[in-house]
Amino acid sequence: MSGDNTNMILAILPEISLLVLTAVVMVLDLVWCSERRRLLGWITAAGALVIIGVSVAFSRPVNGPVLIWGGMLRFDDSTFIFRMIFLAGAALTALFASETENLTHHGEFYALMLVSTLGMDLMASAADLIMLYLAVETTSIALYVMAGFFTHDQKSVESGLKYILFGAMTSAVMLYGFSLLYGFTGTTQIYQLGNLLLTGKVPLFAQVMAIMLVLVGFGFKISAVPFHFWAPDVYEGSPTPVAGFLSTTSKAAGFAVLLRVMIAMFPPQAVSPSPSQAFTVIVATLAVVSMFVGNLLALAQRNIKRLLAYSSIAQAGYILIGVAANSALGTSSAVYYLMAYLLTNLAAFGIVTIVGKTVGSDELSAYAGLSRRSPGLALALLVCLLSLGGIPPFAGFFAKVWVFGAAVQSGLVWLALLGFINSMIALYYYLVVLKVVYLYRSEEDSKPVAMPVTWKVALIVCIAGVVVLGTIFSPWYGAASSAAAALF
Amino acid sequence: MQFPLLSVIIFIPLLAGLAILLFPAERREWIRGTALGAASLTILLSFILYLSYDSPVAGYQFVEELPWVPSLGISYHMGVDGISVPLVLLAGIVLFCGVLISWNVEERPREFFAFLLFLATSVFGVFCSLDLFQLFFFFELAVFPKYLMIINWGYPKTREYGGMKLTLYLFIGSMISLLGALAIYFGSGAHTFDLMALEKAGFSIEFQRMWFPVVFFGFAVLGGIFPFHSWAPDGHVAAPTAISMILAGVEMKVGAFAALRVAIMLLPQGAQYWAWLILGLGTVNVVYGALIAMVQTDFKYVIGFSSVSHMGLVLIGFATLSKEGLLGAGMQMFSHGVMTALFFSIVGMVYDRAHTRDIPKLGGLFQKMPWAAIGFIVGGLVSMGMPGFSGFVAEFPVFMGAWRAAPWVAIIAILGILITAAYIFLVIRRVFFGETPSELLRVEDITVMDKIAIGLLVATMVGLGVFPSLLSTMVQTGVNHVLSLLGGA
Repeated sequence: MSGDNTNMILAILPEISLLVLTAVVMVLDLVWCSERRRLLGWITAAGALVIIGVSVAFSRPVNGPVLIWGGMLRFDDSTFIFRMIFLAGAALTALFASETENLTHHGEFYALMLVSTLGMDLMASAADLIMLYLAVETTSIALYVMAGFFTHDQKSVESGLKYILFGAMTSAVMLYGFSLLYGFTGTTQIYQLGNLLLTGKVPLFAQVMAIMLVLVGFGFKISAVPFHFWAPDVYEGSPTPVAGFLSTTSKAAGFAVLLRVMIAMFPPQAVSPSPSQAFTVIVATLAVVSMFVGNLLALAQRNIKRLLAYSSIAQAGYILIGVAANSALGTSSAVYYLMAYLLTNLAAFGIVTIVGKTVGSDELSAYAGLSRRSPGLALALLVCLLSLGGIPPFAGFFAKVWVFGAAVQSGLVWLALLGFINSMIALYYYLVVLKVVYLYRSEEDSKPVAMPVTWKVALIVCIAGVVVLGTIFSPWYGAASSAAAALF
Repeated sequence: MQFPLLSVIIFIPLLAGLAILLFPAERREWIRGTALGAASLTILLSFILYLSYDSPVAGYQFVEELPWVPSLGISYHMGVDGISVPLVLLAGIVLFCGVLISWNVEERPREFFAFLLFLATSVFGVFCSLDLFQLFFFFELAVFPKYLMIINWGYPKTREYGGMKLTLYLFIGSMISLLGALAIYFGSGAHTFDLMALEKAGFSIEFQRMWFPVVFFGFAVLGGIFPFHSWAPDGHVAAPTAISMILAGVEMKVGAFAALRVAIMLLPQGAQYWAWLILGLGTVNVVYGALIAMVQTDFKYVIGFSSVSHMGLVLIGFATLSKEGLLGAGMQMFSHGVMTALFFSIVGMVYDRAHTRDIPKLGGLFQKMPWAAIGFIVGGLVSMGMPGFSGFVAEFPVFMGAWRAAPWVAIIAILGILITAAYIFLVIRRVFFGETPSELLRVEDITVMDKIAIGLLVATMVGLGVFPSLLSTMVQTGVNHVLSLLGGA
């Protein structure tokens, strides 16, 4: 038994390390003087990197998927890959935050972010509805505070409040869905639940009802339409690095849960009508409305953070296409998409942070002349926007081709077609931003944009990642497919 | 291991472009020196490629293959055949001339040359691709250089509109084709993007008939097919000279080439089923493009619509699905590429010096810039298919093929050539002869760089007109392969 126990401890070693890191950051915050606290961002980032190393060294699922801690967690490749994604997101966000005014000196900010990352880790591995709910709340509560972190800024406070209200509401609905599932089957263990549902004793209608209720909660996390209303306001009001974190890491966590729960409960079935078909129809519908609403509303935005918010709603729609395909290819491409999207959008919000600090505005017009003020930064923005638009040689291209490919493979050609149409709409507004950056002039063309080393490092890492993911596909796709294989 | 000639040709521009981006902006000499060096090396290597392609052996040569994403059947697979080798050379020539013409770019030359070189990598990559995924990879690579170059260095009045229109048209076209390509990938069951393997996949007739139009028309948008051609004149006019040259001279061939390589070669029975439609639309292209060109008063729009008209001949050649037609289309792609690059470069030279492109305001420029005038006249003769120039040897087989396939197409298309002759003569007379308006009395002659570019383009067209076999033997080998896929038809 002791060997088992050791393995169980090792499996959650990264989470334990996260907790230790959180404690270290909080203690340092107490004992260090204000000047030294500037280093907290670096410490958080370095800590996250160490934890990545720890996970690779000690907590890799070598013997295939296992249920641990009494069936509360499932330790598999999906857990592992998503953990890497979350930790990378946290490390980069810490770097972007560490030069942001009003965040640099606040140890509690980094502590909150680490707690939320811990929650995401658990979300990705939770195999029990109760555990899942606790993980979601651990993540969310920390995020609510982070969104409202600028207590002197009315917009930030407002966005925190809005986020809480929406979050509380949707998680209540989700919880109701959980309770229905429990009532029908008598278990909260996701995999047992899946087996029971497969027996066909629960009526299809009841299953569909439960899925829809649960999807409300998941839809909120991934900001899919119609659960997206919070996103633009929250992104606009919250500190920019937090908006980046919300739109990437938190969204990835939502997808991790969505993929695991849905595949466990509704594996693809040949019979018709089957719950998995209903699931495909529901998710495909969500995908279509998310893409259209996100992209069409993004067309009208004049504030870059709101534009990115709507674009990220649309991006959730594209990823949902991969989920709707309900196949190994669909899931692997969705995971690949999440990796690509994480790096791309973190970089995009990073650039918004950087420009915002110098220019003091997030309006699109503030980006006029950026290519003259700072050619490197303009080029970085170009890379991000094209990657979001799905243009090679950047990460988004491969990701997009394969989520659409998965739809074609599953016979959802119409869904892929709508996806392509949306890519074109999206390309339009990404190009409009590039036009402002490259063509328009401002009176401050000659003033360069300040770039502290920390930001430079973070940005270079992101951009290099976007290019690497966009040219050397094989290792990353391999990782994504191993995550997908663990779920099926 | 064999020397990876194709990869070197493809990646020299890319690496040079990246290097240029790292230079300090004020080092103009380094920037354009590097650009010219890369372009010279590329044209030299593509010429070597042209000379060393072994026509008697035929088939795909200079093949390079490396696994890219084995689990999805994607590989890095380069290779050229008798149809793509001339196009590689064409791209090399146009890139080289484009750099020469742009020698005096004042506005942010660093970004200008870097993006120009990225665009070159994209077109070389498409011409050499033997993997469908990789073909799209390079195809889409062109999106941002095209857009940014048009809006930044284009014609101020229309560049924002023209650039966006062109980019979105081409992007949606390629997305539609990509959908078809994914259907081909999954439909083949072979789990590979390898074009050579997909050629042998044996798709069912229904599948081919259903997906052929999707793939073909998606690419044909870039080839300028009616009624999706309207991006071309607007985009060409809005673009800076070097980009107009590449867009009309090379990019439109990228579209036509991809339509041939993917749609016709992978779905030959679909092509036979839909040939009548392409034939009809191609004919509309020829006549309609020429008629619209006739009534333009903007010098550059005349050339923009003439490209639409001439690309119609390529489409007709494809749609005949016959030996003569395909041979003519292959040669027309090369001939028209050189010709239209020449036209656009001369239009650019005239505009840079006269500061107007309004034909009624121009005149008598023969005395001011004789080289440009002679170049334009040669281009005009090519354009109207005069024997002794490359246009004749390219267009004549197309008409032969069209006559066999459907005589009415040949008759109507020849009408288009008559109209072409009419507007070319009109333009030559109004722009280069007659009275010189007083505003144009101080116009200077073109630079040495410009003359080199014109000389090179003119020499190519005349050389090909006199010795057509230099090109036709090679193209014929590629055509034979297409014909074998069409069932020896």
